[in-house]
Amino acid sequence: MSHQQVESLDVDRIRAAYPILEREFSGSQLVYLDNAATTHTPDPVVDAMSDYYRQYNSNVHRGIHHLSQEASIAYEEAHDRVADFIGADGREEVIFTKNTTESENLLAYAWGLAELGPGDEVVLTEMEHHASLVTWQQIAHRTGADVKYIAIDDDGRLDMDHAHECITDDTAIVSVVHVSNTLGTVNPVAELADIAHDHDAYIFVDGAQAVPTRPVDVQAIDADFYAFSGHKMAGPTGIGVLYGKRHLLEAMQPYLYGGGMIEKVTFEDSTWAELPWKFEPGTPPIAEAVGLEAAVDYLEEIGMERVQAHEERLAEYAYEQLAAEDDVDIYGPEPGPDRGGLVSFNLESVHAHDLASIMNDHAVAIRAGDHCTQPLHDKLGVAASARASFYVYNTREEVDKLVDAIDSARQLFA
Amino acid sequence: MGLGSDMYRQQILDHYKSPRNYGELEDPTFTHIGENPMCGDEIRMDVRLDGQEIEQVAFSGDGCAISQAAASMLTTELPGTTVDELLEMDRDDIVDMLGVEISPMRIKCAVLAEKVAQDGAKMYRGDLDKEKTTTEDD
Repeated sequence: MSHQQVESLDVDRIRAAYPILEREFSGSQLVYLDNAATTHTPDPVVDAMSDYYRQYNSNVHRGIHHLSQEASIAYEEAHDRVADFIGADGREEVIFTKNTTESENLLAYAWGLAELGPGDEVVLTEMEHHASLVTWQQIAHRTGADVKYIAIDDDGRLDMDHAHECITDDTAIVSVVHVSNTLGTVNPVAELADIAHDHDAYIFVDGAQAVPTRPVDVQAIDADFYAFSGHKMAGPTGIGVLYGKRHLLEAMQPYLYGGGMIEKVTFEDSTWAELPWKFEPGTPPIAEAVGLEAAVDYLEEIGMERVQAHEERLAEYAYEQLAAEDDVDIYGPEPGPDRGGLVSFNLESVHAHDLASIMNDHAVAIRAGDHCTQPLHDKLGVAASARASFYVYNTREEVDKLVDAIDSARQLFA
Repeated sequence: MGLGSDMYRQQILDHYKSPRNYGELEDPTFTHIGENPMCGDEIRMDVRLDGQEIEQVAFSGDGCAISQAAASMLTTELPGTTVDELLEMDRDDIVDMLGVEISPMRIKCAVLAEKVAQDGAKMYRGDLDKEKTTTEDD
């Protein structure tokens, strides 16, 4: 479905649930364009978490009392809700973690350390976030496995011919970002899953920028593992998700040990609780799970197709505005179905950090830096870039303010 | 809406656009390099001493306006001071030199040149062995 066919969002109504967007700095209203770093939290999510603390705060899976029962049921049902949202086959396939990074580390430690060895290959892409790149790189160092990187082409898309070359019968796992946090590229993850499976390799997908911004069905992708964070999808910080196919998670040993993840313990040995609790030791992020469930409800009420269409419209508008400037370099593919709702760029005469500082004086919040993709920036030949990223509450007028602020920076440095 | 930040007053922009003492000294007493990995700022400082007094300073590098302007200004401030005085400098001295408020997120850019010069001096005295200074060491 092209985004022209999808009904647009009632952004005024949406914005009313985000009091933070009314903040002013030096008389200018906040223009928040740093959503790829974290999104804001709407009232229904804050209210759900507040309600938890005010009404049924308790530890889960421990108490016989009313509050513990209510908290336990809410915590478990949050898994069901998330499973349904991403097309997983039940709560057993949804592990709550701290964030996407911890999800990736869970997999790398629990599966990677046990299974990888010399001669095995881990195939990444040149656009991986440090969360997966550094994790697999270091696990490979420890296990003697090799790391390969699928190259990107000049447009910032994966070179699929190179993907076919990189993924071989020696490949143990392919780890690929679904939507690049720097280039905005939407990668063909289902196609990559097919290639991986043809070689009996697993595929892990970093969905930190995908789940918040588009419909995601892990079974349609045929991902073996998939990760994302709550705080980039209108939910709270402190909670992330690792999806895994049930039989794979069942075969994996725990990553963290402790209370809550055991079945039976003696002085000599222990056995593990059933999924997903086997991977959730200690007191989990209960309020955050309640908040994540509320965020899923919130996003589904809007409709993920409409969220995606809104993102694509804003990205296309921003891309066109910036591309019209002779001294602005934009990274990543041209607008279209394989570009997500963010635009990274550089103003030729102004360092990205100076640009972000000047933008800040106009109350325009963008990200400047390497966006946790240093090797990709090396490949692009720049130390840093500026990035504007959008969410459901952003408007074309805010993109215009971004362009005005760029003009101010240009004049200042002229 | 104003034309720009207090952080980008004329003096900073002037030093950024027309850096003073940019380049390398032919006969430096010590040379050191450093970087600010977060921003990709890179600075090389060349210092020539006359006894314990700093005679001449040059810098080269690449990076944001704050890091480059601070380096440029430092090359004009340091001559005539002593190595001890260089080592006693802190971030407040850099902020005073720049003459503007530096936001907390940008202070590492501002102090990079000072730290590079200080580490170079410590290495010259044999008090430090460090290939490259980074502002992530804080």
